[in-house]
Parts: sequence; structure tokens; C-alpha cells
Amino acid sequence: MDLYRSHILVCAGTGCTSSASMEVRDNLKKEISRLKLDKEVMVVETGCFGFCNLGPIMVVYPEGTFYCQVKPEDAKEIVEEHLLKGRIVSRLLYSEPESEIKVSDFDKIEFFNHQKRIALRNCGVINPEKIEEYIAHDGYFALAKVLNEMTREEVIDVIKKSGLRGRGGGGFPTGLKWEFAYKTPGTVKYVVCNADEGDPGAFMDRSVLEGDPHSIIEAMAIAGYAIGAEQGYIYVRAEYPIAVNRLEIAIAQARELGLLGKNILGKDFNFDLDIRLGAGAFVCGEETALLTSIEGHRGEPRPRPPFPAVEGLWRKPTLLNNVETYANIPAIILNGADWFSSIGTEKSKGTKVFALAGKINNTGLIEVPMGTSLRTIIYDIGGGIPNGKKFKAAQTGGPSGGCIPAHLIDTEIDYDNLIALGSMMGSGGLIVMDETDCMVDIAKFFLEFTQEESCGKCPPCRIGTKRMLEILEKITQGKGVPEDIDNLETLARTIKNASLCGLGQTAPNPVLSTLKYFRDEYEAHINDKKCPAGVCQALLTFYVIAEKCKGCGICARVCPVAAISGKPKEPYVIDSEKCIKCGACIEKCKFGAIVKM
Amino acid sequence: MEMVNVTIDGHKVMVPNNYTVLEAAQKAGINIPTLCYLKDINKIGACRVCLVEIKGGRALQASCVYPVSEGLEVYTNTPAVREARKAVVELLISNHPQDCLKCSRNQKCELQDLAKKLGINDIRFQGAISTFKTDKSSKSLERNPDKCVLCRRCVAVCNNVQGVSVLNAMNRGFDTIVAPAFDHPLDSVNCTLCGQCINVCPVEAIKEKDHIEIVWDALGDPEKHVVVQTAPAVRAVLGEEFGLPIGTSVTGKMVAALRRLGFTKIFDTDFTADLTIMEEGHELLARIKNSGKLPLITSCSPGWIKYCEHHFPELLENLSTCKSPQQMFGTLAKTYYAEIEGIDPAKIFSVSVMPCTAKKFEADRPEMNDSGYQDVDAVLTVRELARMIKQAGIDFNNLPDEKFDLPMGMATGAGLIFGATGGVMEAALRTVYEVVTGETLSKLDFEEVRGLEGIKEAKVDLNGTEVKVAVAHGLANAKKIMEKVKDGTADYHFIEIMACPGGCIGGGGTPIVDALERTKIDGDYRKLRIKAIYSEDAQLPLRKSHENPAVKKLYEEYLGQPLGEKSHHLLHTHYTKRSKYPEVNGN
Repeated sequence: MDLYRSHILVCAGTGCTSSASMEVRDNLKKEISRLKLDKEVMVVETGCFGFCNLGPIMVVYPEGTFYCQVKPEDAKEIVEEHLLKGRIVSRLLYSEPESEIKVSDFDKIEFFNHQKRIALRNCGVINPEKIEEYIAHDGYFALAKVLNEMTREEVIDVIKKSGLRGRGGGGFPTGLKWEFAYKTPGTVKYVVCNADEGDPGAFMDRSVLEGDPHSIIEAMAIAGYAIGAEQGYIYVRAEYPIAVNRLEIAIAQARELGLLGKNILGKDFNFDLDIRLGAGAFVCGEETALLTSIEGHRGEPRPRPPFPAVEGLWRKPTLLNNVETYANIPAIILNGADWFSSIGTEKSKGTKVFALAGKINNTGLIEVPMGTSLRTIIYDIGGGIPNGKKFKAAQTGGPSGGCIPAHLIDTEIDYDNLIALGSMMGSGGLIVMDETDCMVDIAKFFLEFTQEESCGKCPPCRIGTKRMLEILEKITQGKGVPEDIDNLETLARTIKNASLCGLGQTAPNPVLSTLKYFRDEYEAHINDKKCPAGVCQALLTFYVIAEKCKGCGICARVCPVAAISGKPKEPYVIDSEKCIKCGACIEKCKFGAIVKM
Repeated sequence: MEMVNVTIDGHKVMVPNNYTVLEAAQKAGINIPTLCYLKDINKIGACRVCLVEIKGGRALQASCVYPVSEGLEVYTNTPAVREARKAVVELLISNHPQDCLKCSRNQKCELQDLAKKLGINDIRFQGAISTFKTDKSSKSLERNPDKCVLCRRCVAVCNNVQGVSVLNAMNRGFDTIVAPAFDHPLDSVNCTLCGQCINVCPVEAIKEKDHIEIVWDALGDPEKHVVVQTAPAVRAVLGEEFGLPIGTSVTGKMVAALRRLGFTKIFDTDFTADLTIMEEGHELLARIKNSGKLPLITSCSPGWIKYCEHHFPELLENLSTCKSPQQMFGTLAKTYYAEIEGIDPAKIFSVSVMPCTAKKFEADRPEMNDSGYQDVDAVLTVRELARMIKQAGIDFNNLPDEKFDLPMGMATGAGLIFGATGGVMEAALRTVYEVVTGETLSKLDFEEVRGLEGIKEAKVDLNGTEVKVAVAHGLANAKKIMEKVKDGTADYHFIEIMACPGGCIGGGGTPIVDALERTKIDGDYRKLRIKAIYSEDAQLPLRKSHENPAVKKLYEEYLGQPLGEKSHHLLHTHYTKRSKYPEVNGN
């Protein structure tokens, strides 16, 4: 084996590759060869580091220097300066948002040092396309342990005791699920991985698959051993080509080493995996719809009971877990249930990966212990709200979740606390909103999504979400009437109680939670015809502040509909009947004399 | 079956452990309202109308799919249940045209019924209403997705019962509709036009192509000589449209009603059913004798024929070349009948009343003009005939019993039993046996081929030759038997296939039996209709096609002999290979 003095880890996740990290890699390699450093420096493609808004990202070891927003043309300087001369390229270092202090050491960056990585343990650390690197990081040791040392019951017992709960949204105790599938009699059973990550903005499953595909394969094989299944399916959305490709590579490698297939590790245990591609329907993340889709039908949910553990894929007992859930399994097996359950809160053990987005300085993927407060996530890890704006609310759980208002910022995030607040964990989307976000508009946004993604099978979801959306559209257009709030609540209750599957049952949550915490905003839209956040166009009026107007007339010249008139050197006026609220005048006014409210 | 104790609204009932909550509630005397549920056909929990509260359960549950278990406590009438059911139906209605006064299903509509049952007097949630195009492309059916409530009953019948799988859901959310793949028009896909989808539709999202107006026009035209034929099954089902119990035979009243509607001659398709037996029976004997293509498969059911053309085009030679009784009648009405009555065939307007929607397509097939004219001008379903009788103000139930006109109204019990699955086979065996053996059958009832078993088999000894026959009804069963024919594992000589489950009495043009009615009947409603057919057959003086004096006279005076030249020209046909998918344009 060759030894290298330096390793450059370049992120090859979807985020960084879409901002040209592969060109960076190629240029690095070219420069390294040009300077004949081939035998000294190795370039490694890894999975996602999580700090996606700073991509392309790379880390140079052994120093652990973290470079961000690296452009292909920076490669020359990095190689010449850092790798040849040992001088850090400080212009490519990360600077903390508030203090603007440049940090070169990867471990000292605030974004990273509050995190605890279990599910993402290998992401950004190993080359996901090399099974040897996974094995070098204790990969497949857990599988070897269960096959050599543990009975099926013991495996299930460890998972139960660990307190792991489903990371896909529902939070059902994983060990119990395994036990149900194990206890259901049957000679043919299936293990399925839900990688149909559909919540807008959530991409933790993609990152695990891209950065550490073997952890999923290993976990599924362990699950197969535990419940008595010989075949597994990974249902992954076709929009994740890198993940699919790496999974294919990983499955082939595992087969080659006998870690999948017949008599795994010489034991009387057979297990193999196939990939099934989803065609981009959000509802296929719902477990019964996912199974229906694998069977080759239109992805639509079916009623439960029977639950998949009893009657799942092709009516056989089926164990279905989410990617992030599986990613925890090998670590739990190797480190023990006590280790895992020592992390987190009383009823939510371990860590959770969140996708941070919205009005926050640091966006990307983070993994924190359950029970971490919203404040830590937003201010310590997320670096606070940009442009000095005020934090207004955080939306968790994607379109099925709800909004948590600013006064609850010290809430410790776990399954039960979120449910109690009218939101949910969901798959871990976390969208931060500031004072310029209109909560009615936010609710409308999420409802637009679920309404469109409803499979259409049951009327409450198919028609009910449409009616709710129509009411929200009316309200944001200034046509709301007081009964609208009652109707929204009745509809929400009906959709929650009467829908066939989780998609419908949770679709009203964004509306219900904003009604709960921001009812005044709804009322302002309906009663005062105002949008307090200044978002809903139809409710805004553009004014010229006479004292500030110098009468230059530029606003009148840029107005596309001739709504502004006036005499030179006298204050101009806007005819609100004609005004189309395009904002061109505000942009052009040098004196800040035009406002919208 | 193991029994379990279940409490429904405080009342204890003991039910088999494979029951659903819906079924258990029925045992407890409670009819939970339903919409997508249809006994034996659709159990998918989609419509959310049959919601109930389960003690200890989270959300409300659809009782049609929720299994019972020991000690289960169910509440079917709580405020939450009532609110949810009402809101769900209000939502459905909010996206429904609500043009009940103009709808053919007015007062026979399960959505309307639900609105009444749930006490809906206001639609709180108004909004956009779907505007899709009505598919009028086919000769038999019209689909209007705007009226569709997406209960998927048609999808279930098309996929599971018929195995044709033309219909399925497409699009998502509010835009979801039931349609053929890629929303292709019905006439461009492998739809057999069997019309089973109509029979299960709770609303008017699918209906037959209306021929009522053209029939009224013909009846009102003094230049036209309007004759009508009625298929065997019509008399066994028409009474249902006038409130009579399922299984009431109304032959005499039907004839009387047709006469009052103004038809000049009231004839019987049973007559040409007898004639079919003469032709098809001899075709079978000829094929056996001359080592022709076997098994011979019946060709009376136009839905079946179209299915075979789409799905088994390589086996079209196995089909009998006999036209269906409707088409034999059509040809003879404008040739033989015109000749003996001295009427200009151009003035004859030939109407059929059928339990079938595919017959409309069949009458329109380009080859069906051997008389020199379109052989059958209009095809009415039983439902359409009932509408005409109602439009004319005829008090159907108090009509006297009247008789068919001669000669083409003369028929035997053999022709009549064509209306039930196995009937063609039994009629053929009655005749073939006597023709081949020269002996009189001691027992005319071939019980082995009767009944609702999906595929039935029998063996008959014809003078030392054992003839093996099979009967299939419903296209999923037809598919099973055809796969065997295709791979050579079927050693039958003769197969009867009917597109519709139960045969013609279960046809897509018969009265609609709604979900609740189906639930109340112990077993399959079709068996009651079948009983009406066989009881009438048992009482008829003539029960063998070859003994029909009018058929004998037809051969003597006009056709010559079965399979003769004239028969060949007038009574036989050919088939067309069809693709399963729409033809793709080259460009």
C-alpha cells in the first residue's frame, strides 16, 4: 500500500458536484501531476460534508484545513501554495458569519463542532465508491458480529433497547417494527429501504446514500438476518442519479466480497438487494404507496391494517425503514444499545439529521443529538439570521409539519415535543423564517405542494386540500371573509381525521400551526386587507412619501403602466388603481421616497 | 370459521373473524353508508364515506376494509364520524356538476342517495370544478370524468373481473381522473365495450351511447317499417327497472310495452338464437368430422369477440364464423322478412333491445351489412328501453301479457337460455346430441354447464365420440381458458365464452343493481336472474332449437340447409385482428 503525506478530500455529493467540484478535483489532479506530487498527495472523492451553501468544499489532511467555495481555477494556487509550499490559502477559508473570523481548522468551525455524527459518520470521510474504505472504518463489522455472535432475537433486542425510532417521519420504534416483522410467520419476507426522500429541501437520505452507501447495505443485511428475509429492495427516487450509481457500485462490491448473496461470511444466511427507482411522486414515500409502486402499480397508499410487517410487499411480511434509520443500525450493533440510548432525550434517542434552509446564514445538513434546542441549531450551528433580521419561526417536518414561533426557540427538538407544538419531526427539514416572511403565504406554499402531490385516491385529500388552498389564495389576494378561518379549520379537521394515509392526515398541519401561532396575521389579511410582512402583493399599496420626494420624475419614467404622475421638483403621486405593484419605482428611487405597505 | 365478538354502538355481535367492520355492522342491523365499496368487487377504503371510530384508534377508519378482531369496539354514529362523512360527501359534491335534473342517473345515483342519507343541505366548500372532456369516441360507451367520483369501482371491475385493465387512475391531486392509459380515447384502446363499468358506476360517469332519440325518430316516421328484436336476457331483467324483484320474468309485458311504443313487429332474438344453434352446431360437427380448427369457440358475445381480436388475434380461426343472433336477425329482417312480407328493405328500420353495450359496436361493424343495408339500425340497452317506456307514460306493471309476432318471434327454450352463462352450450348440446345420435334426449338439463362457477367443463358422449366442452364467463376467466388454448393444453372441442360475468343477464346494458342492494342479496344477484331464465325454459313447450317450426320453415323456404351457400353469405362473418395499443403514427 502506498503512503501519502497529504490527502485532499473533495466533496462529490450532489450539491458540490453541481457547483463544479468534479472540475476542481480534475484540476487538482492535473496540478499535482504537473508538480510531480502524485506519490505524495492523494485526491479522494467523498460524500457530503453538509455545509452545502459553501460548495465546492474540500479538506486537506493531515492539517484538516477546510476550504470552501473553491473554483476550478483555484486548484493551481491550492496545490502550489498549500501542498508544495505549506502555506494555507487564506482567501478560501471559511469565516464565521457574525465575527467574520477566518477559521482554517475543520474541527473548530461552529457549524461542525456542535454536531454529533452517527448516521453521517462516514459522509465526507471515506470514498463511498470503495468498499475497502468502508471496511477500514469498521464497515461490515456489525454484520459479522450479528452473524457470528448474536441470535435474531438478540439483534432485535438491541435495536429495541437502543430506543431508535423511525427517522422517516412517523417516529415509530424501530425495534418494535423489526419484532413485528420477525414474529409474523412466513417463509418469504422482505426488507425494504425507503429512499424516496420527498420533503422539499430535505436531502439527508441522499447524502447518506451518496456518502456511505455500504452502511445501508450492511444495515439491511442485518435486518434480513433479524426478521428472516433473503431479499431486500431499496426504493430510491430516480432524481438521485449519483446515489443510485453509488448504490449500484456498492451492491456489486458487496456481492463480490460475499457480503451479499449466498452463505454470507460462510454462514447459513442468504441475502441480496435490488434497487427500484421511484418516478418522483411524493406519496411514494408513504410506506404502503411505496410497496404498491415496487409491485409495479401506480403508487397509491392502501389502508392499514394490515400493516406491512404483516402483509407488505406482494402480501408478504415486510420490514420497511428509512435510509437514516438504517444508517444508525451498524453503529448501534457495534457500540451497543446503552451507548445509543445515552444520547438524546427520554423518549427520543440518538441523533437526528436536519436539513437547514431558509433565512439562516449556514444552510446545509447537520446531525445533532435529539433534544438539541432550536436556539443552538439556529444561532450556534446555523450562524443566526442574515442581514440582522429578526427570527420569526421555524418550520419543521416539511409539508407535513408545522411552524414553531420565535417564543418557543428554546424547545428541545425531539419527536414528542414537536408533536406537542403541532409540528412534527418528519424527515428533518428545518426552514427558518424571519420577519419578512408572511405566515399565510408560507402555509399556502406548503399546501400547494401537498395538494399537487396528493395521489387522488381519497376525497378529503384530493378535494379537501384543493379547497383549503383556494381559501388561502383568496385570503392572500385580499378577498378573504371571516368565515374562511372556520372553514379552514373544519376542512383541516376533516382532512386529518378522514384521509387514507399520512400524506392527507398531516397535510393541514402547516395551516393549523400557523393558525395557532399567527392567527393575527390571518386576521390582518382578512379584516384589514393587510399583509403585515409585506409579502402578499395584492395587499400592498405603493406610496410616495412627499417629504422625501425631490420630484426628479425617474419613478414616472420607469413605471410601465404610467401610474405615477407629478410636476418636476414637486412630490409625485402613485395612482393605486393603475399600479401593478411591480416595484420598479422603488428600485429606481434614489431618495427612498417610495414605500409599499 | 373462527368467530369473534365485536361491539357495534354498544350492541354485541358474533361474526366470523374474516369479516370487516362494515359486514359486522350489517349483522348488527346498521347499514354504514358507502360509496367506493362494492361487494365482491371493490374493497379499497378510498372514498372515506364508511368511516367509523374504533375504540383506541387514532384517525377514523374505513369500515369496509377494517378487519374485525376479538373484543373490537366500534362506533358508527359519533359526532366526529357524522362530521367527517358529511364533509367528505360535501367535498365530493363540491366537485360534481350537480345537474341532477338532466342526468340519466337521477334518482338512481349513489351520490344523490348519500347526500340525502347524510342530511346534506348546504355545500360549505365551494371552489373549482373539474372540466375534462367527455370521451364520446366509442360506439358503445361515453365517459364523463367530470361526474366521476373516483370510487374506482370501474377500475376494479375492468382490472380484476374482466382482466382487461383499460381503466386506471391517472394524474395526481385534484386533476386525478380515471381513464385509459395516457388518456387515449376508448375507441383507440383494447376496451371490449362490455359495459361492466357502467353496471358498477355509482353516478353517471360512464353510460351507454344513447340510441333512444334515433329510435323515437324512426317510430315517428310514417315511411319507416320499424321492427324490434329482444334478446333472451331482456325479459329476465327489464322488470327491475319498474321496481319488480330481481329475477322476475316479464316476457308478456315487455312485448305489450313494445307494441304500445309503436313498433310494427315485435320479434324475438331467441328465434335467431335457435338459428345460431343450427349453424354453429353443424359447424362444430363439420370441424370435428373434417379435422377443422378446434376448439370451436362461440361468437355470440360481441365484447368477447372484441377481446379476442385485441388479445388473442392469433386464435381468431377458432371462433365460430356464425354471426351473433342479433346480427343474424338483422340480416334476415332486411332479406327474408322483407321478401315474405313484400316490404322494401330500405324502409325497414331494425331495432334491437339488448342487455349489452358492445352490441352497439357490433351493429356498427362495417361488415355487418350483408342485407345490402346496415343490418341493425339501432341498439337499445334494457335501461334505454325502460326509459322509453317511462317517457311514453306506459304503466308497465299493469300491462297485459302479449305474444311475439310471427314468424321471427317464434322461439324455443334453447334460444331463451342463451341469456345465461352455459346456455349456448346447453342449447347446442340438446341439438347436436339429437342430430348425431338420432335419439331423443331423456333429460334436457345439462346441469354441469349451468351456474356461476367461472369456468365449467363437461363431457358428452356422441355415438361413441366423447366431446369435451367448456364454458367461461367474465373475461378474466376467458383469458385463463384462452391461455390454455394458446399453449395447446386445452383438449376441448367446443367452448362457450361470454364477456360478462353470468352471461348476458349480467350484461353491461342491464339494470344497475346498486351497492346496498347487492349487499342485501345473499350471494350474487345474477343467480336470481339466471333462475328466471331457466324457469321460463322449463315451462316452454319447445326446448330444442332444431324443433323450432319457424326455423325449419326458414331453411325450407329460404336458406336451404345449415352451412349452405345462402347461410354462408347471410349468417356468417369474419373477424379483424386488433392491436392492444393505439396505432402509433409514423411521424
